[in-house]
Amino acid sequence: MSSLSEQEIRRLEEIARRIRCRTVRTISEAGVGHVGGCLSEADILTALYFHVMKLDPQRPDWDDRDRFVLSKGHGAVGLYSTLAERGYFSPELLKTFGRINSAFQVHPDMHMVPGIEISTGALAQGLSAALGIALAARLDGKAFHVYCLIGDGESQEGQIWEAAQTAAHYKADNLTVILDYNGVQLLGPVSEIMEIAPVADKWRSFNWAVVEIDGHDMRQIITALEFAEEIKARPCIVIAHTTKGKGVSYMEGKAAWHGKPPNEKQLAQALVDLGCDRAGDAYG
Amino acid sequence: MAEAVRDAFGHTLVQLARENSDIVVLDADLATSTRVVYFAQEFPERFFQMGVAEQNMMGVAAGMALMGKIPFVSTFGVFASRRACDQVAISVAHCRLNVKIVGAYSGIVSGNNGATHQAVEDVGIMRAIPHIVVVDPSDGVETEQVVRAIVAYDGPVYLRVTRDVWPRVSPEGYNFVLGKAVQVREGVDVTLIGSGMMSSQCVEATHILSRSGIDARVLHMPTLKPIDVEAIVKAAEETGGIVTAENHNIYGGLGSAVAEVLAEHAPALMKRVGIQDCYGECGGNAELLCKYGMSPQHIAEAAQSVLQGRNYSVRRL
Ligand SMILES: Cc1ncc(C[n+]2csc(CCOP(=O)(O)OP(=O)(O)O)c2C)c(N)n1
Ligand SMILES: [Mg+2]
Repeated sequence: MSSLSEQEIRRLEEIARRIRCRTVRTISEAGVGHVGGCLSEADILTALYFHVMKLDPQRPDWDDRDRFVLSKGHGAVGLYSTLAERGYFSPELLKTFGRINSAFQVHPDMHMVPGIEISTGALAQGLSAALGIALAARLDGKAFHVYCLIGDGESQEGQIWEAAQTAAHYKADNLTVILDYNGVQLLGPVSEIMEIAPVADKWRSFNWAVVEIDGHDMRQIITALEFAEEIKARPCIVIAHTTKGKGVSYMEGKAAWHGKPPNEKQLAQALVDLGCDRAGDAYG
Repeated sequence: MAEAVRDAFGHTLVQLARENSDIVVLDADLATSTRVVYFAQEFPERFFQMGVAEQNMMGVAAGMALMGKIPFVSTFGVFASRRACDQVAISVAHCRLNVKIVGAYSGIVSGNNGATHQAVEDVGIMRAIPHIVVVDPSDGVETEQVVRAIVAYDGPVYLRVTRDVWPRVSPEGYNFVLGKAVQVREGVDVTLIGSGMMSSQCVEATHILSRSGIDARVLHMPTLKPIDVEAIVKAAEETGGIVTAENHNIYGGLGSAVAEVLAEHAPALMKRVGIQDCYGECGGNAELLCKYGMSPQHIAEAAQSVLQGRNYSVRRL
């Protein structure tokens, strides 16, 4: 396990904050995008891309890189902002997000953006693909790890459970799933739309290792991901309890902000909430 | 201001449900976008929220239809046609059950969500499945009649529902009949056959064409299956050349359906305007229609090339 100093935690928290600033700005300026789920996933993506995963932004197609699949493809802007912050491409490019001829689609396209492993946007397909990568990697004797982020609304899809069953059957211990358990989907609370609880028990009964954490606590995220990587003979799911719209006062926990971009005034408030008015913040 | 097809659909469904207690609605976490939320508000006990699980939703609808309900299964067109395809084919179509499948945000003009959310093969999929009636209305006025007609019809239907407001196509006093095309503009030189919102683009194109002295007819084809063979044959015989315009891949949709009719009944020169067998992307509606060769200008150019081809073959004889 890597050492996890207070300083490292603070470094990562600062990066996550910058990613959130870039995310709300990008979505607001484009007038399209799924801000709520992008904000709930930001700490998880930060931990993965800035601490946990083996990767090289200069060589996005490096054979031995760890893989990340964004199964909840509508969280694209959170991932784009993370990749930009990590140096995969210039953050300036995000100004084209959602516009015609842009590489930065509302749902991520593997052929357009470096660092995107597979195109997603139709929910639950990413998890099966992530499992396929993991099984093929094992066949090839590759040591890299595969991470996949799914949503709680997304967890209603049968395909999630088909993949869960298959991953356990094949003892895919090189696969870690992170559930962005923000409790809210497109129309409302998951518990009202279609309850998925007791979701930890479900994964356990599917023979997965299960860890439950606060998905906004950087130390817990990293500890859980490192624990998951060590587990043998079983895939592991990190159930990350998160808040949809995390960090923006008026968005937190509200389904209304699933797919609504903030207008200019709302953006200003969001940037204040996120502390983005500090000098040196890249808004780009 | 004209009504978007999705709003007309949502409102009409509520009106019909007041008269017909068998109507039930199933949704997969998209009720606000698809506008079945209006139904959910007035008839919460007949509204079934199925979560993000389209395949199960389609199967449940089949079971409800067996019990005499008239289920409207509502989600985006991409998920209705692709995600739940096998359930549509076996549980609904093969069983010939009275399920109304509503594919929202149809085609490339789908609210700037990009390729994954652009239903550009749904008509091809649904047309290839036996027993399914496929309808692609143009505007709100027509949609109101379409929804009434498909409730009156006993059998599986796929209804395409666009997101945004497009210019009205249906003429004054229009009476929608399932399986029938409607001529919305007279003309003698060439016929533009449109479906869905593309019929409004055909009407636009006639203005461009008339500046070059070309008098184009417009035939609006709301029912894609069964297709109106008689109307297509008549247009081919009277105007010679045909251009189809669809908010869909040129494979499997209106263009294919018209080509099949022409080849078997009345061979004529034709061109297909639509998505040229590729995936779309994000962008505004007008930008997308332009980039993907579906604007009124493109329809007009297709008509001109059909006319040139016809003159050419006439000269050759
Ligand atoms: C197969 C499929 N069905 C429906 C949708 C439309 N859709 C996009 S996001 C979403 C809700 C997802 O909720 P959740 O997984 O909780 O996402 P998060 O809260 O993390 O944003 C829905 C229904 C889709 N993209 N794919
Ligand atoms: Mg959620």
